[in-house]
Amino acid sequence: MSAVLKFLGSAPWSARFGLVVIAAYVFVAFFAPVLTPYGETEIVGAEFEPWGETYVLGTDNLGRDMMTRLLYGARNTIGIAFVTTCLAFLIGGAFGLLAAALGGWVDQILSRVVDVLMAIPQLIFALLILTIVGTSIPVLIIVIAVLDSTRVYRLARAVAMNIVVMDFVEVARLRGEGTGWVIAREVLPNAMPPLVAEFGLRFCFVFLFISALSFLGLGIQPPTADWGSMVRDNATLITFGDITPLLPAGAIALLTVGVNFVVDWFLHKTSGLRDDH
Amino acid sequence: MTLVKMVAQRLALGLVTMFVVSLIIFLGVELLPGDLAQAILGQAATEETVAAFRRELGLDLPPHVRYFDWLAGILQGDMGRSLANQREISELIGGRLMNTLFLALMAAAIAVPLALVLGILAALYRNSLYDRGVNVVTLSSISFPEFFVAYILILFLSIQAGVFPSISNVSDELPFWERAYRSMLPALTLTLVVVAHMMRMTRAAIINLLASPYIEMANLKGIKRSRIITHHALPNALSPIINVIVLNLAYLVVGVVVVEVVFVYPGLGQLLVDSVQKRDIPVVQASSMIFAATYILLNLTADVLSIVSNPRLLHPR
Repeated sequence: MSAVLKFLGSAPWSARFGLVVIAAYVFVAFFAPVLTPYGETEIVGAEFEPWGETYVLGTDNLGRDMMTRLLYGARNTIGIAFVTTCLAFLIGGAFGLLAAALGGWVDQILSRVVDVLMAIPQLIFALLILTIVGTSIPVLIIVIAVLDSTRVYRLARAVAMNIVVMDFVEVARLRGEGTGWVIAREVLPNAMPPLVAEFGLRFCFVFLFISALSFLGLGIQPPTADWGSMVRDNATLITFGDITPLLPAGAIALLTVGVNFVVDWFLHKTSGLRDDH
Repeated sequence: MTLVKMVAQRLALGLVTMFVVSLIIFLGVELLPGDLAQAILGQAATEETVAAFRRELGLDLPPHVRYFDWLAGILQGDMGRSLANQREISELIGGRLMNTLFLALMAAAIAVPLALVLGILAALYRNSLYDRGVNVVTLSSISFPEFFVAYILILFLSIQAGVFPSISNVSDELPFWERAYRSMLPALTLTLVVVAHMMRMTRAAIINLLASPYIEMANLKGIKRSRIITHHALPNALSPIINVIVLNLAYLVVGVVVVEVVFVYPGLGQLLVDSVQKRDIPVVQASSMIFAATYILLNLTADVLSIVSNPRLLHPR
């Protein structure tokens, strides 16, 4: 415990800030229903009520409490982004390690498929698929996870390529261990640090991506509270100089900044990367 | 010889990619469940109406025939008709494509010089307060959603200061400066989004070189630090920097989608989003193809430029 505290104590202020932000968001995501007296989709008053006693941050375009929606938004937006990132890592990581461990035609085929998928801009690809199959949360998660797994694949494969040529992997193979065992017990543990850092970056990217889609009206659909669509729904307020629509947008920005700070620090720590990169 | 061969290889690969991508964009619609005619007409439509509509759309022909028709059409500038309003797609897209390119170019014209200057300064005053400040600011701005930056700019520069209009109502008839003025906020938003990455890479490329022996030699000769960076390090760092710039331009072309929606800018991105909402598949296919082609072309340019500007290939022993 004290070692952990000491480790955290060595973090620069930016990383500490990031850790605090992440902890606060996770707390809000878990305890949203306890923190607010209203329901997620409950209409509690008139439209666009100003900030005040009853409605701390006013109400939105349908008369729902803004503060409540913000708190629930943490749960929905972060939850969906997290699940998507995990799925992207399962797909991309598994195929990447497999390609590196097997090599040959498996590697060739997987890599060419990934090349083609990466040649199309992600947003355009996602819009195309959503047009055809329609928008729903499972579709959203699968589409973004598959598109994003290409980046994970590249990294996992590149990292694993350097590991599979090591002597200890050779020894394991000579012992007669199967490919699955070699990947799980020899390659994966050594590939962990860059993959963990990438998880943070990918999470940010997915989170921003889902928010952008929701902002365009093509992501998480109403009445689910979600930060991207909240910005879109309340955007008119900005023309009156009211900063309420900036709050959900700022919530997105703050979390990605926090995660980026932590990842930045983690990268320095684990890879011995100098300030230069 | 190797140089020409490598460039030719890369170009051929780009062409193949483009072909495969066009296949995906076209056949994606085929492979997925459901029928286009049925989807448009709804469940209530009778068998005969659906069949007639399928014939009208040409859906009764085999997929490969339709694919080559579609591809040949696009190459000749004929992209078919919109399902939503029956207008020629090329007519819908033409002016909007110009607007989008105008916006992307304008953003690039602001972002590239800015990123270079900031990056060189950060390398020059490395680890100073300025450098650290820039590091934190750029890391943050990379993490901001585009619409957040856009609305902040609207709030400060449009609503409070009243300098620029918050809605970019541009058209072809406007004189250049009026058009640039009205597109200023979207262009600034895009600038803020791409500058951070370009600037960080410029800094990294220069700092990477600062450890090399010839820079140390220049140091020992007593040359000023600013001169070492601009005259000795920068020319050799140009190749990676150019690469990053072109990659960011590719990002710009795609990044316009969200920004155009915020500022109601009449560009291709807005058309794409509208068409996705209306599920106007021919328009979505055509605009996706244009976006994808631009993106692939710019990435190809980045690759070719980095091959061409590689000193080892330019001066083979």
